[in-house]
Amino acid sequence: MVNLTIDNRAVSVPEGTTIMQAALQLDIHIPHLCFLKEINEIAACRVCVVEVEGKDRLFTACNSVVEPDMVVHTNSPKVMRDRRKTVEMILSEHDCKCATCVRSGNCSLQKLSNDLNIQDVPFHTIVERASWDKTFPLIKDSAKCIKCQRCISVCEKVQSLGVWQLESTGSLSTVNVSLGRSIREADCSLCGQCITHCPVGALRERDDTDKVWDAMADPNKTVVFQIAPAIRTAWGEYFGMDAKEATVNKIADALKRMGADYVFDTVFSADLTIMEEATEFIHRFTEGDCKNMPMFTSCCPGWVRFLKSQYPHLTPRLSTAKSPQQMFGAVMKSYFAQSIGKKPEDIFTVSIMPCVAKKGESNMELYFGEYAGRDTDVVLTNRELVRMLRASHIDPHTLEDIPFDRLMRDGSGAGVIFGATGGVMEAALRTAYFLITGSDPEPDAFSVVRAQSDRFGVNEATVNINGIEVKAAVVSGLGNTRKLIDALERGEVHYDFVEVMACPGGCVGGGGQPIHEDQEMAYSRGKTLYFLDANAKVRFSHHNEDIQKLYEDYMEKPNSHRAHMLLHTDHDAWEMPKAPRKI
Amino acid sequence: MIEGLYRDLERRIESSPPGLCPVSVTKAFLDLCRTQTCGKCVPCRIGLLQLTNLLTDVLNGSATEETLRLLEDTSVSIMHSADCAIGSEAAKVVYNSLIGCREDYERHIRDGRCTCTYSLPVPCVAMCPAAVDIPGYIALVAAGRYADAVRLIRKDNPFPTTCAFICEHPCEARCRRNMVDNPINIRGLKRVAVDKAGKVAPPPCGPDTGKRIAIVGGGPGGLSAAYFLRLMGHAVTVFEMNDKLGGMLRYGIPNYRLPKDRLDEDIEAILETGIEVKTGVRVGKYTTVQELRQEYDAVLITIGASTDRKIGLKNEDAKGVISAVEFLHDVANGRGLDLHGKKVAVIGGGNVAMDAVRTALRLGADKVSAVYRRRTADMTALPAEVEAAMAEGVEMLTLKAPASVEVNENGEACGLWVTPQMISKVRDGRPGVTASGEPDQLIECDLIVAAIGQAIEVEHFQDAGLSVSRGTLKATRYGDFPEMPGVFAGGDCVTGPSTVIKAIAAAKAIAANVDEYLGFHHQITADVEIPDPVFRDIVPTGRVELSEREACERVCDMDGVENCMSDAEACQEASRCLRCDHYGFGIIKGGRSKSW
Repeated sequence: MVNLTIDNRAVSVPEGTTIMQAALQLDIHIPHLCFLKEINEIAACRVCVVEVEGKDRLFTACNSVVEPDMVVHTNSPKVMRDRRKTVEMILSEHDCKCATCVRSGNCSLQKLSNDLNIQDVPFHTIVERASWDKTFPLIKDSAKCIKCQRCISVCEKVQSLGVWQLESTGSLSTVNVSLGRSIREADCSLCGQCITHCPVGALRERDDTDKVWDAMADPNKTVVFQIAPAIRTAWGEYFGMDAKEATVNKIADALKRMGADYVFDTVFSADLTIMEEATEFIHRFTEGDCKNMPMFTSCCPGWVRFLKSQYPHLTPRLSTAKSPQQMFGAVMKSYFAQSIGKKPEDIFTVSIMPCVAKKGESNMELYFGEYAGRDTDVVLTNRELVRMLRASHIDPHTLEDIPFDRLMRDGSGAGVIFGATGGVMEAALRTAYFLITGSDPEPDAFSVVRAQSDRFGVNEATVNINGIEVKAAVVSGLGNTRKLIDALERGEVHYDFVEVMACPGGCVGGGGQPIHEDQEMAYSRGKTLYFLDANAKVRFSHHNEDIQKLYEDYMEKPNSHRAHMLLHTDHDAWEMPKAPRKI
Repeated sequence: MIEGLYRDLERRIESSPPGLCPVSVTKAFLDLCRTQTCGKCVPCRIGLLQLTNLLTDVLNGSATEETLRLLEDTSVSIMHSADCAIGSEAAKVVYNSLIGCREDYERHIRDGRCTCTYSLPVPCVAMCPAAVDIPGYIALVAAGRYADAVRLIRKDNPFPTTCAFICEHPCEARCRRNMVDNPINIRGLKRVAVDKAGKVAPPPCGPDTGKRIAIVGGGPGGLSAAYFLRLMGHAVTVFEMNDKLGGMLRYGIPNYRLPKDRLDEDIEAILETGIEVKTGVRVGKYTTVQELRQEYDAVLITIGASTDRKIGLKNEDAKGVISAVEFLHDVANGRGLDLHGKKVAVIGGGNVAMDAVRTALRLGADKVSAVYRRRTADMTALPAEVEAAMAEGVEMLTLKAPASVEVNENGEACGLWVTPQMISKVRDGRPGVTASGEPDQLIECDLIVAAIGQAIEVEHFQDAGLSVSRGTLKATRYGDFPEMPGVFAGGDCVTGPSTVIKAIAAAKAIAANVDEYLGFHHQITADVEIPDPVFRDIVPTGRVELSEREACERVCDMDGVENCMSDAEACQEASRCLRCDHYGFGIIKGGRSKSW
């Protein structure tokens, strides 16, 4: 143990502890901007500088390791003066139009500047203005970028992609898409982790709320919403509501008050996905198709983009099932439209997703006998939902639990856990077991695939169904995924069925979720979903009565011809930029 | 005050990282040039200012092709019309930059962005061809963990002791410490590590792979590759034509620079991993590369540049004319000539020439001269070597181009005719020479040693069907030969004569490629924890140099001339390291590779 003094208080910490960690033991929160634990410990912003007695230089608390008997001051006049000067420098290159910034009120720089009582910037203000394709789902505003490099680090270290790079040199150094590419040319998975780890408003999703307001104002449009499982774990965070209070049925109430015609729960189409995907898996598995390479889940568009860019030759290994979002859109514009006597083109489908990649996924135009156009017309992130709630000055505490609309109301606990890593696999195994044996397993029989801590990686399960052994694996985070695929390709491991979610922890940790400085929320949000599953009336997708009815009345059976037309997709129908060659 | 600023700037430019945006650098340089204008002539006073404005437009992304044309025309115009060099030379900088880096300028105006990226995260590591973890081992020396320092060095370089004596230390060239005072004495600190570590066992080898690899040539490249491939778990056999291993380290570099018992420390540690050695075997004579290829899973050619090159002088074949390669080889073999009472002339100005003159002195020669076409300042030998030779009493006969060898009635060399030269115009950045017009002079001597370069014995490999170009083996960039899969080559025999550390670097790359060719992806690591940086202010402090034995004493024997640092010196020198692996860009990216 190392003994030291911080702000005149003694503390004893293990060797190798940083000053910032040591100070936390005394409940001293040293201000910082660029620091991201274990991901970006680069001491770039210099906000966390502290004074070490006996030294002239200031040292950064984030990555300086304590020494015995050192005396540290985190808020001495010298520290305060220099920290303030540094923040003034950052502000001199930052577009401080907070009134029009989506991160106002949730911005580390704004808070820091306010906390330090900075009321004026003494320097010339020079803001970088670089062009950006505003039609792309991911938006970067260089005028707000503070070059903390968190986006670079998250993309490279957590997601094993190198979409961002420090470009140019000297004082013109800036963050841009790597290798001189535009964002459209880049192998960006659209996971959005750079957005949720940006301390300011330099990175955000394309805001599509206006399109929804316009649709709701159009008397000829029937606006139909769906709400993804992970949304219910986090939408109330902005309003200080806990998950018990911030239910998904209150969102339904809010959307109806705003002008929605119908509101559904994506849990329904998660169940539908399971019916299609589990059936497909059993078919492919028994045909011997998974002997060399597993079948991969296809419900995460970030993962699909990753696979198509990094391992294009493995694209045929994806399940052909559409994601729940796209399946639901297809069902809304066919089965549902028919049931309410509307033309598919008058149905305007909106999904609320914890995800940025879903905005990309919904772009795909389709041409079926049943309808033409997109399955989902607009995708909103959880943050956009919150902005709509605020814009319509709805007090969330006045919202009531109202039921979802009929025809596609039911949802099982298996569909709910789609939002957490392991959830799709667990739900699929529950139904696969039923499809093979004709009887249900214990609902929690496959809980081994759930995350055991906030250290997300690979979870494996070998499942014995009627003497048939299925080797399954679950992985989240694209860096973990790359390791898993490389091991598969080298023949070091073998699985029959693999679930991949691009964001660490799954959709609950998605790039479209509310942002919290210094906190990774995925694990605790995931627990909410498992709680809801445990308390659900129905815990198997195949027992969802509305799903059974959909098959009886319209789709015939899983993997039927119509199901193939409407609920499955061709992953080769669109182009994804390939990964740059490694040098 | 301003003079001090200039000196600071000079040192700062020396440590400048490569890869900076040429437009930015040109503009910054031009800004300094502008301050020097006297204000008299228009092109310098106004023209340079306008060039700055145009460069600013390029950097701001507000320039067009027209801007580049104007920039070029204006810089040419100033070069032609400025009244003195202050203006014309400044404009020339802009012109050269624009012509030489046209693509960067065009990218700025086309896309409004710059593709340059910072490329020197940790200067010493980036400059070391073998990418040795220098900040890591300096921190270990500072902590007194010498054996760990040796282990860490061996991760990338199995010749720590050798390099502690004779590495040309490119690592020091851009040391960021030069911005404060002077570069860290990196080689000196490596010497501390190897002197104080004692015998350090190599790490354990990986599990046997069942693959067998033949390595032709037991010099630094061959032995380094053998070491890494053995650690990966392959069975390795080294074929060496001489009686002992070490190549040029043993037979080229004199004992006073690299004592052979110290070289043996490295070689013993390498062999301790379990490498089979066959000495006295010349491939091409006793066996062939084709036979080796059949018998082994892979063959690696690292034969170096072991023979001499001819000068092309009249009477060059006379008795008493010898190549430096042969001269030094004989000394290393204990068959050195007795030169007492003799006069020796060595032709050349490189490191081998310095090795020859200093060795000749140690063999008792009365007078030793280095005969060189250019000036002392133009010699390619390390300045320290030239200084040491002069201190020991070597005559530098500069601006003398060898013309012919004078022979006596017995056909023995008795003198060297040289043509006096004068220094002349700069060509390709180096001043050329031209005959001064004075008559040729005769340098009387009994022995002429030609140190004008080395050549590669490629004949056998050429006959075997491997590509050869300009006297070197023509391997692909991966070190292999499409015409003979499974055969690899690297080091001097591919690049031409170069430094030890480059041979080691080539060995690293080829070991990885051979491993991959055999179907593996082994990783080389060092299980060494590197100390965290110590809290420290940056206080300008002089650089500790290694002292040498007195010149008059050291010329009397072949023993090592360089002394190690004292503990206090080592401690101070190591603590000067700025830890660029932690501070600056190194902590983001490219700072430390824990494995390769």
